[in-house]
Amino acid sequence: MERTWHKQLPAADLLVQGGRVVDPGTGVDAVQDVLIAEGKVAQLGKGLVAPAGARVVDAAGMLVLPGLVDLHAHFRTPGREDEEDLATVSAAAAAGGYVAAFGMANTDPVTDSAGLLRGLARQAEQDALVPLGFYAAVTRGLCGEQLTEMGELGAAGAVGFSDDGCALPTAAITRRALQYAKVSGRFVAVHAEDGSLHEGGQMHEGPASARLGLTGIPSLCESLDVARALDIAAYEDASVHVCHVSSEDSLRTIAKAKEAGVRVTAEVTPHHLTLVDEQVASFDPNFKMNPPLRAERDRRALVEALRSGLVDCVATDHAPHSPEEKDAPFEEAPFGVVGLETAFSVLYGALVVSGEIPLATLVTRMSSAPARIAGLQAPAVAAGAVADLCVVDPQAVWTVTAAGLRSRSHNSPWLGRELTGKVRLTVAAGRVAWDDLA
Amino acid sequence: MPKRDLISMEDLSRGDIELLLDTAESFLPVLERDIKKVPTLRGRTIINLFWEPSPRTSSSYDLAAKRLSADTLVFRGTGTGAGVNVERGEALKDTAITMDAYSPDIIIMRHPSAGACRTLSANTTASVINAGDGMHQDPTQCLLDLFALRQAFGRELKDLKVFIVGDILHSRVARSDVMGFRMLGMDVTLVAPPTLMPRGIEQMGVTVEYDLTNLKDADVVYVLRMDAERAEPGSAYLPSLREYAALWGVSRARLRPGQRVMHPGPINRGAEITADVADDDENLIAHQVFSGLAVRMAVLYRTTVGYSDTSAEEEVL
Repeated sequence: MERTWHKQLPAADLLVQGGRVVDPGTGVDAVQDVLIAEGKVAQLGKGLVAPAGARVVDAAGMLVLPGLVDLHAHFRTPGREDEEDLATVSAAAAAGGYVAAFGMANTDPVTDSAGLLRGLARQAEQDALVPLGFYAAVTRGLCGEQLTEMGELGAAGAVGFSDDGCALPTAAITRRALQYAKVSGRFVAVHAEDGSLHEGGQMHEGPASARLGLTGIPSLCESLDVARALDIAAYEDASVHVCHVSSEDSLRTIAKAKEAGVRVTAEVTPHHLTLVDEQVASFDPNFKMNPPLRAERDRRALVEALRSGLVDCVATDHAPHSPEEKDAPFEEAPFGVVGLETAFSVLYGALVVSGEIPLATLVTRMSSAPARIAGLQAPAVAAGAVADLCVVDPQAVWTVTAAGLRSRSHNSPWLGRELTGKVRLTVAAGRVAWDDLA
Repeated sequence: MPKRDLISMEDLSRGDIELLLDTAESFLPVLERDIKKVPTLRGRTIINLFWEPSPRTSSSYDLAAKRLSADTLVFRGTGTGAGVNVERGEALKDTAITMDAYSPDIIIMRHPSAGACRTLSANTTASVINAGDGMHQDPTQCLLDLFALRQAFGRELKDLKVFIVGDILHSRVARSDVMGFRMLGMDVTLVAPPTLMPRGIEQMGVTVEYDLTNLKDADVVYVLRMDAERAEPGSAYLPSLREYAALWGVSRARLRPGQRVMHPGPINRGAEITADVADDDENLIAHQVFSGLAVRMAVLYRTTVGYSDTSAEEEVL
């Protein structure tokens, strides 16, 4: 069953020489040459010779990793192509080392019918540099009232169902969604938020919001809704995926549910793993996201949860916004930041270089773990596998600039910041999708 | 000289605050002359940009600028209703660019959104003075409060005990005052109903209390306005204004002799303060209003000439 689509570029013939291959799936962590022939990994070994016509890539000192998978992005297509389209978002994904990315359904119109989904698939076949897939909405128009035709949407290739951007308003509709999604065999991804506690909220509720005079969004707003969704999943023996977990309280609830055998998976964003509410003091709207940046103790708990596997994977929640909307007073700016092009570098520098998380763990959480949740074959740097990999220069220090981003929108909290580790080459579905080696 | 904004009390050091208060004091004689005007800011352009109606604050700034001989323009923004957020944001940036064409030296802005001054400052070469942005800050209110306190208690305000009573959650005045008062070493206690006390506010170095039991310890009782909307259905901060007045209203019976009462205005009599307290000659409320003019003159002056040079003002005056 197809869940991603991309345009047909020429299959890669490459010899990636002398890089350190780190593939936690196969247990490899060694300097190896990787021979890619006709888009497939043909051989790993030392002293491999490039066949005639194959390009040789000198990867000495670099990392060769399974390609990354993003379970949570906003493609803004259809409806807001001024902010992002499938060509730009897939270029951004490729530049970030991603070999697959999935777009949420809060488009305009909402992706809530099979016809629309098939149209997006056709468009991805024309425009997408890396395989893209799509969520379908849980409820029609994201209105929280009537379920979408999940059977047909699943058959059309929806990776899962989510009303992300909006919370499911009632326990009843959450329950119906978890019950009915079983007909499609797809998962439901929950944007957990108690609307009554979110109203007017601008940032995490705590000492920083008290000082800055911005209305707080208590962590309770998330954890209450996580608890509700997990209780329903337990009751219905349904599986559920929790989007962008941001608070320690939610983690505690997820841990309890996992111990009890509830089929729950969870994701965390690079910004929640590395930034905190105090950054809002700049009133820079690029620090405004939903869920909001939380307290340092939440951030630490999220890092530990990523390390332990309590949180299964990293997802970017890549959310492009036009400068007309985002370059506004903090209170008036929309929530969300872009993240595909910076995710790996941000986490490599902040968590791996600092020794908080082993490289292999980060790779697992960004590659095979999200791939499995999406129902994809996990990317592997192994003979016989489709070439889904990226080459990273771990020494490279680069500065994030608007002009340097491939995304059509530039609302990144890391603008002007130096990051460590740069993706130099991405091979997605056997095709070179990003090449920064020249 | 790089431009200098005054958006938050955090933009000022203790020394800056002392200097502003001293400068304000040096302007007092000017305000008592027949001709209440000095040529200090002649040829300078100061724009008043008010996105919320506030005739008292706006005119206080305007008069302060005129007393210093600056050329002034007053713009009143529109579109402050709900649901026009994006349009308003665009308008602010465009307004800033438009005004920049007049090469203003200072733009004074009041805006309903916290962070609006930052947007403005990023799009203008003028110095930005915050005349109130959402629930964030109102730095000149704090400075004029400090000025009034100096007039009443002398220059040394360290260890003065102040109780700020009321809707702390929604109050930019409370936030600015806490910062300024703490910078000068004052002892600050906040009193509010639990629903109107921001979570985590104690990290600003204040004591948090939920009733007036210890009010007798205060040298100064700073009363905040309680808006009727906090007791409206749906907002659910308070069951009623009547109960608020009963539990947190500042009345003669709750005060001991010698305590000085302050209020940033406008007063909601019978809610947060009783008439006998509001009308008492011993309160500092009129001093606060009077202080506003001198303090705003000082802020405009220092923003223009800088915070380091103290000789210039003596020359001018």
